[in-house]
Amino acid sequence: MSARLVDALKRLAPQLIALAVILALNAAVSRGFFDIQFQNGRLYGSLIDVLNRGAPVAILSIGMTLVIATRGIDLSVGAVMAICGAVGASLIAGGYSLPATLAATIGIGLICGLWNGALVALLDIQPIIATLILMVAGRGIAQLVTEGVILTFNDASFIFIGSGAALGLPMPVLIWVALGIVVALLVRSTALGLLIEAVGVNRRASSLAGVDSRSLLLAVYATSGLCAAVAGIIAAADIKGADANNAGLWLELDAILAVVIGGTSLLGGRFSIIGSLIGAMIIQSVNTGILLSGFPPEFNLIIKAAIIVVILVVQSPASRSLWTFVRPERRREPRQVERVAR
Amino acid sequence: MIRSKYLPVLTTLAIFVAAYVACVLQFPNMLSTRVIGNLLTDNAFLGIAAVGMTFVILSGGIDLSIGSVIAFTGIFLAVSMDTLGLHPIVAFVLALLIATVFGGVMGAIIHYLKMPAFIVTLAGMFFARGMAFLISTQSVPVSHPFYNELQSLYFRLPGGGRLTFVGMVMLAVFIGGALVAQRTRFGTNVYALGGNMQSAELMGVPVARTTIGIYALSGFLAGLSGIVFSLYTSAGYSLAAVGVELDAIAAVVIGGTLLTGGSGFVAGTFLGILIQGLIQTYIVFDGTLSSWWTKIVIGLLLFAFIALQRGILWMSERRRADWRGVGAPA
Repeated sequence: MSARLVDALKRLAPQLIALAVILALNAAVSRGFFDIQFQNGRLYGSLIDVLNRGAPVAILSIGMTLVIATRGIDLSVGAVMAICGAVGASLIAGGYSLPATLAATIGIGLICGLWNGALVALLDIQPIIATLILMVAGRGIAQLVTEGVILTFNDASFIFIGSGAALGLPMPVLIWVALGIVVALLVRSTALGLLIEAVGVNRRASSLAGVDSRSLLLAVYATSGLCAAVAGIIAAADIKGADANNAGLWLELDAILAVVIGGTSLLGGRFSIIGSLIGAMIIQSVNTGILLSGFPPEFNLIIKAAIIVVILVVQSPASRSLWTFVRPERRREPRQVERVAR
Repeated sequence: MIRSKYLPVLTTLAIFVAAYVACVLQFPNMLSTRVIGNLLTDNAFLGIAAVGMTFVILSGGIDLSIGSVIAFTGIFLAVSMDTLGLHPIVAFVLALLIATVFGGVMGAIIHYLKMPAFIVTLAGMFFARGMAFLISTQSVPVSHPFYNELQSLYFRLPGGGRLTFVGMVMLAVFIGGALVAQRTRFGTNVYALGGNMQSAELMGVPVARTTIGIYALSGFLAGLSGIVFSLYTSAGYSLAAVGVELDAIAAVVIGGTLLTGGSGFVAGTFLGILIQGLIQTYIVFDGTLSSWWTKIVIGLLLFAFIALQRGILWMSERRRADWRGVGAPA
């Protein structure tokens, strides 16, 4: 067990170091960044705020990790968030009970995910394009549900999901941590994770080897839809309303970035949900740090671009072969890894 | 028998004509050169950017950065004319140069680092938008006599419609784009890359030069689109043109270009732009429909065309299998 833990830590070392460096920079620009107070039965502080604000991207990145591991991509998650937020808000405002609202909203998220999955798995459409359809149409559908206005509601139990606290932590934090643990256990304590990686490395080969890649792809995209629904519920509950235009806008890009920062390759294969969650926290720490430091928030985009370029250079097959060229004693290692992967 | 190569583009043409006839039956006023003139003017910037996107998609790639490049160009023009006092033509040349180099650098990264175009141009999207924000977060108005001159330049169509300067620029870009795609070595190379990159390389297509050229062209056209957008709105704003890349991709796909690359026409993209413009015009004429219907209808059209493409691919594969069946000894 401890050997596995050390192994995991070693693999996630770059991400953890990056997170630590960014948090240290944050502490340098704003004194008291690490201060945490306990008031009114919950924790307060900038660090808790990072965990809380990062919840939607963290939740989206869980589903996105699985999708990207199958060599796919899900561009529709932001739009699905908007649809689910709109459905949730209109149901709760229409007087339905909380369990019914949540069930219906999550159901809608699953349907959206299955639609994407069906296009990818059954019709063999490229994932970027398949999910683009819902990305374009989704906000229109959300507008249709809210009838073009920002739907507000006053149901205390629904709002609690976005701004309440339990066990001293804000609800969104508990939700993303719990969801992350459940999904990670589900895929890692069973063979599911391995099968997902197999489909991502070579779908044809894994189908020939007996993996039911269609059902697997459907399930993976459905999971992404489910995560988007949960994120949509949190976003709506947080602002006590559903904004079809802005809920989840461009969050799909942040979620993809979180997954890539977390060490999952866009070319499919090996993935790490914990890495993606750390990636989401890195993105949120950068956001918070820029706000705290008083820099104009516009710097955010340039920093994100710089992060992507660094990752591109590190992950690129071209620079990897250059690396083995520079250090000949490492030349054997990747070949062994490749043989195992095959 | 119509060759399957032309089938998607002819379907788009049929849909456009049918939709236009249906619109005219309901609102006879839509059959006027005024409506058509406005359609061209209002969609000029989108059309120009979509030509660049057509080349990128034909080569099997994607360019997510064009919306940000349009915004960057707009704010760059406004500030360089307003604050620095440059002449518009100097500012135009500078903006086009920056946009072209920017696209070329993205193409070089895609080729030499062997990374997916999607993530490279995503970084480009963030970078260009961030740069636009750094120049100014305000909306900067443009008031230069040269701008007024260009804006008041138009060609009067019979029936009172106006083909404005920006509309003419778009038509010229479409004609130029179609010629480059069909009649030049570069165009053939783009099709070859999209068809199969390995075969293209083995056949001697200069992959590096072509890839960089494609993204530089897309950057150049995004810059030109930014200039047109700036002429159209008389202002520069760093939050402008958000999501234009999606509209452009939608126009390309609705125009019948295969998203895996290698098959499609610039003319199809023109029809895709016209269909999107037609939906918007219809919504304006109707007056009771909300603008979000545009997005839903475009989503439906996207789905219909992608399904059609799959169908054609499936049919051609089956036909090939049949041939093989005939050739084999029974």
